[in-house]
Amino acid sequence: MARISLKNLKKSYGQTHVIKGVDIEIDDGEFCVFVGPSGCGKSTLLRMIAGLEDISSGELQIGERVVNDLPPAQRGVAMVFQSYAIFPHMTVRENVAFGLTISGASKAEKDAKVAEAARILQMEHLLDRRPSQLSGGQRQRVAIGRAIVRKPQVFLFDEPLSNLDAALRMDMRMEIGKLHQQLGATMIYVTHDQVEAMTLADKIVVLKDGMVMQIGAPMDLYHDPANLFVAGFLGAPSMNFLKVKVLGVNGGKVLVSNGALDPVEVSGKRALFKVGDEAILGLRPQYLAVAQGAGRLHGAVALTERLGAETVVEIALKDGNPLIAALSHDAVFGIGAQMNLDFDPDKAHLFPNEPGAGSVAKH
Amino acid sequence: MAMIAADNRGLRLVTRYAVLVLIAIIFVFPLVFMLMSSLKPDQQLLQDSGNLRAFLPVGDISLQNYTDAFQRAPVATFVFNSVLVTGITVALSLLLCSAAGFAFVFVRWKGRDTLLALLLATLILPFETIAIPLLMMVAHLPWVGFDGVSWGWLNSYRVQIIPFIADGLTVFLFVQYFKDLPGELIEAARVEGASWWQIYRRIVMPLSGPIFATAAILKFLVMYNQYLWPLMVTQEEGYRPVMVGLQYFFQLNVAWGEVMAYLSMITVPVLAFYLYLQKAFIASIASTGVKG
Repeated sequence: MARISLKNLKKSYGQTHVIKGVDIEIDDGEFCVFVGPSGCGKSTLLRMIAGLEDISSGELQIGERVVNDLPPAQRGVAMVFQSYAIFPHMTVRENVAFGLTISGASKAEKDAKVAEAARILQMEHLLDRRPSQLSGGQRQRVAIGRAIVRKPQVFLFDEPLSNLDAALRMDMRMEIGKLHQQLGATMIYVTHDQVEAMTLADKIVVLKDGMVMQIGAPMDLYHDPANLFVAGFLGAPSMNFLKVKVLGVNGGKVLVSNGALDPVEVSGKRALFKVGDEAILGLRPQYLAVAQGAGRLHGAVALTERLGAETVVEIALKDGNPLIAALSHDAVFGIGAQMNLDFDPDKAHLFPNEPGAGSVAKH
Repeated sequence: MAMIAADNRGLRLVTRYAVLVLIAIIFVFPLVFMLMSSLKPDQQLLQDSGNLRAFLPVGDISLQNYTDAFQRAPVATFVFNSVLVTGITVALSLLLCSAAGFAFVFVRWKGRDTLLALLLATLILPFETIAIPLLMMVAHLPWVGFDGVSWGWLNSYRVQIIPFIADGLTVFLFVQYFKDLPGELIEAARVEGASWWQIYRRIVMPLSGPIFATAAILKFLVMYNQYLWPLMVTQEEGYRPVMVGLQYFFQLNVAWGEVMAYLSMITVPVLAFYLYLQKAFIASIASTGVKG
């Protein structure tokens, strides 16, 4: 098992900079998830760790060794690919034993290790089949089996569940979680699916445009996002962002309002706000509730989606902007009905008004 | 309605088969003519050639032409030479060109794209343009040469084999096929610790059966049909291949029956080889879009 350290890691293709200086520390036995939108560089970063992409500059350490220039095989990593990458001309047994065959292991050793992997992944009955006779989920098991027989220091997963259907994805997600507990190995997992990130990770690394946006435990990122991007990326439905005006500053508290929001005092720890500034107020849809009294936010119902246990309501605010509320009960609202909403100011997030902030929540 | 649809389908089927039969006749009849003529004495052969009897085993049928052909020319030597030269060249060519294709597609190295472009550019050069420079090379360069000892190239098997092992077309075929193999298979093998040679041998080769068959057939045809080059570089019968051997039958009096017998004998290996690899060949042509 091993600790992994990325120090100012960079990757360029000619003049195109894909990874722009990434620093990450991953502890021994930790499950670390790289998450971000398409093209953010998360897969490239994983392939750099695997040794499938050269490192343009910076230092990559696995265990005690700097592995920048080592070939993939000498890094002590195993990788599970999005397409599974199992060899179509070999049986499941040969696929799982491939790494052992290459390293010259004896037949007895191979048989024992393959049997052990098959037991862990419950695929003993598949060992003599060909990949073409397997379903997507079974192929994924084979790919994971091939990874675990060599007992690598580090497991790398590159979007391993994105080719599976929704039900199977959930099953496999749970299995990967169990596997991590069982093996206790260091795992790095790349996904664009925030549910996978939130449920599997000990540590999430949110990436955007080749840069780290925030690193932390899933709930820390959810409850305390460092910036608009992370706030908008994690959580479904996405966080609401309202453009507000700063009316007053009192220690760490900032008084804000806009055309649809009555003045409210929220925490202003992310920047130095001044009276008269424009800022962005982030409100998670789950933390909005229908007000018993006058409420703080005012608008009219534009659309409702009843999901049984939850009702998602789109509200047209008084100033014309849309707002999503996820109410934790079933409710019926007439379209156009006036609605006043309330929220706990401690659960609101105030961000400085950065350029391009308006488009951030669309992931 | 159903009746009309069925009729239309029947008509389409009949038309399709009629066209296919016609094409088959065009391709098969010369072969039939060759085989039938090889069994007839010259006089009857010439008489029959104006009518349908030319395609039928009728009249004075015997294997005399085959016996005569063997007496007139060292047929067995020619066939042996052709099979030897062709077999070795095809085997070495598959190994070398597929390895080159592998390196062009999967291994990253400086100058790779430039070299591939250069190699592909050689496709537009007909062999005749380089025949003379190549002849000069083999005539003047020693095969093995050091003080006191010098072996040349002319009049040998090697002079017919070595210049044809590597060629742009075969490398190109492999490059195109390898590009369609999923790159993640190669990467997975690398992560598992396989060397380039192991990846080539254990992953790429077993997945490339169709293109090996295609390249083998195309190379076989080129090599088996060699005429100009062996004529230039061999003077002794002992090293000459079948196509050069055809000259024996076009002296003073052309013995058409013997020509046909000889042609029948040298065509059989080609047909056998093609039929053997036919399935893989067609599969590969269908998937790569290469025309024969």
